[in-house]
Amino acid sequence: MKPKAMKSTGDRHLSSDIAHALQRNPYRFRVWVNAGLTGLAALCTAIVILPLVAVLVYVVVQGAQRLDIALVTQLPPAPLAEGGGLGNAIVGTLLVVGLATLIAVPLGVFAAIYLTEYRGNHRLVRSIRFATNVLSGIPSIIAGVFAYGMLVATGLTGYSAIAGAVALSMLMIPTIVRTTDEALQLVPFDMRLGASAIGATRYQSILRIVLPAALPSIITGIVLAIARASGETAPLIFTALNSSFWPRGVLEPIASLSVTVYTFATAPFENQQELAWAGSLILVVLVLLTSAIARLVARRARIS
Amino acid sequence: MSSLPPFSSSPSSPPASEWPESRTLTVWDKGIERGFRGVAIACVIGVGLLLGCIVFFIAIDALPAIQSFGVSFIIRQSWNPVENVYGAGAVIYGTLASSAIALLIAVPLGVGTAIFLSEDIIPASIGAGLVFLVELLAAIPSVVYGLWGIFVLIPAYQPIGQWLHEHLSWIPLFSSPPIGPGLLPAGMVLAIMILPIITAISRDSFAALPIELREAAMSVGASRWRTIVSILIPSAFSGIVGSIMLALGRALGETMAVTMIIGNVNRVSWSVLAPTNTIASLLANQFAEARDLQISALMYAALILVMMTLAVNIMAQLIVSRVRVIDKL
Repeated sequence: MKPKAMKSTGDRHLSSDIAHALQRNPYRFRVWVNAGLTGLAALCTAIVILPLVAVLVYVVVQGAQRLDIALVTQLPPAPLAEGGGLGNAIVGTLLVVGLATLIAVPLGVFAAIYLTEYRGNHRLVRSIRFATNVLSGIPSIIAGVFAYGMLVATGLTGYSAIAGAVALSMLMIPTIVRTTDEALQLVPFDMRLGASAIGATRYQSILRIVLPAALPSIITGIVLAIARASGETAPLIFTALNSSFWPRGVLEPIASLSVTVYTFATAPFENQQELAWAGSLILVVLVLLTSAIARLVARRARIS
Repeated sequence: MSSLPPFSSSPSSPPASEWPESRTLTVWDKGIERGFRGVAIACVIGVGLLLGCIVFFIAIDALPAIQSFGVSFIIRQSWNPVENVYGAGAVIYGTLASSAIALLIAVPLGVGTAIFLSEDIIPASIGAGLVFLVELLAAIPSVVYGLWGIFVLIPAYQPIGQWLHEHLSWIPLFSSPPIGPGLLPAGMVLAIMILPIITAISRDSFAALPIELREAAMSVGASRWRTIVSILIPSAFSGIVGSIMLALGRALGETMAVTMIIGNVNRVSWSVLAPTNTIASLLANQFAEARDLQISALMYAALILVMMTLAVNIMAQLIVSRVRVIDKL
């Protein structure tokens, strides 16, 4: 960088000193250290991104081999049989995740409504927010253990779609409570006052004014929770178990994509391993698609 | 996703008592109002009690095992369904060791990436794209990482493990031949899975630092990395520690990918190339076929896992929430 020419001669001498001091000397040690560390940070980022690329490429390449109509219409093959598909597992995942959503959404949204709209007791509200945050860090398999202890071991439902859905819903609740809570807090208080001014009761203001205003963000949270739940395996292996037949009811063991991928991945048969890759591809597409939808809804909410 | 930031608690609505009623309510209105409120209270209490319920019911189911094995369950290594003698020593070791390996790999990489993405090294638009990719890394299901680990990572790691064993077998860490599944590949996959948490939260805590810190450091002649090392990392330290704690919580309880890669052998070995087992993969493998006392022993192991992750997560939440409070000032 060249300094501007100064008018007086004394200043010119001084300014060339400053110019010299400001010049970056490419042979200085610190310049090398700086460049080296920047390169190291770039390398870290590259190493972090690498597994994502590697996983996606392998899942797409391996999974695409079995991407046909049989994949979604047929039942899984026996160990040495040819062909087959994951039809029952796809239906099973949709069913179990759908049930889990039916349990988690009302619970989570109503809990968030209490946290933001009623807030009777500040200490209670704060401790419930804290508990929800901690709950989101509980390992997913613990949700399975809990559902097993409550529903399966006691014989209440046995191994069943319901037990699996209960386990999954416990993983969805923290996400839904948190995002709904934050979304409701962002609705301006003036809207509640306005509702009250035209004679709305509290529940009317919540249902007709506050919830619709926060709806895009709430939907984002719900979709994110669904995306997470549909890929979960650990809570399902000993609650919903697995099945090689079409779903026969919510009180029967049921197949799911994630559990089928797990059992086929660890099976020694090539046909089943290929299906495991195809199942992974469906799972990854499902999860990435829902995440993308969630982002889109969130962005639209921000624009409006 | 466990990497979401914690609640903000900015007040936007007054407590219930301050709700302004503009008209007299009819009996009908009052009834619905009371019912609506009751449902909300029931839900919030249900959600609030969920954590307690989980611990309580697992503890109840673990009671028979606690009575027959006592505290020595934690250090006893044998897990023998035939003789009905159970101990969680080996799986606790495997849980801690695999998490430690994962942190050793992921912490430097994650913090390095966080700096790269927050310190204006690359154009903001590229940075945003990279942040999105790191988030995607967190969205991929655990079982897919497991599948990838079995068929891609383990074959790729096998020659490296072989080399380590042949040339460095005098170090206890490499004293057993690699058989494919093992502690080291499990730790590597765990590292991949916790990287998004460390990167996202560390990046947030760097981005939250005031620009004046950087300006002041540069104005006294500090280079970019002198600023980062001497000023920014110490200032963002609690956020980084919080992110590491959250990542540790995730690593301790991660199940599917680890189960598929760690080998599921209940044995304590110094070697990172040897197969071992974690609490979570023990649960995943044995619950569906367990009977009687074995179920109770598994519940006992689950209780230990819950307690470990609860402790780590509570500490992490306290640290992260403190960081967030400072942000708001």
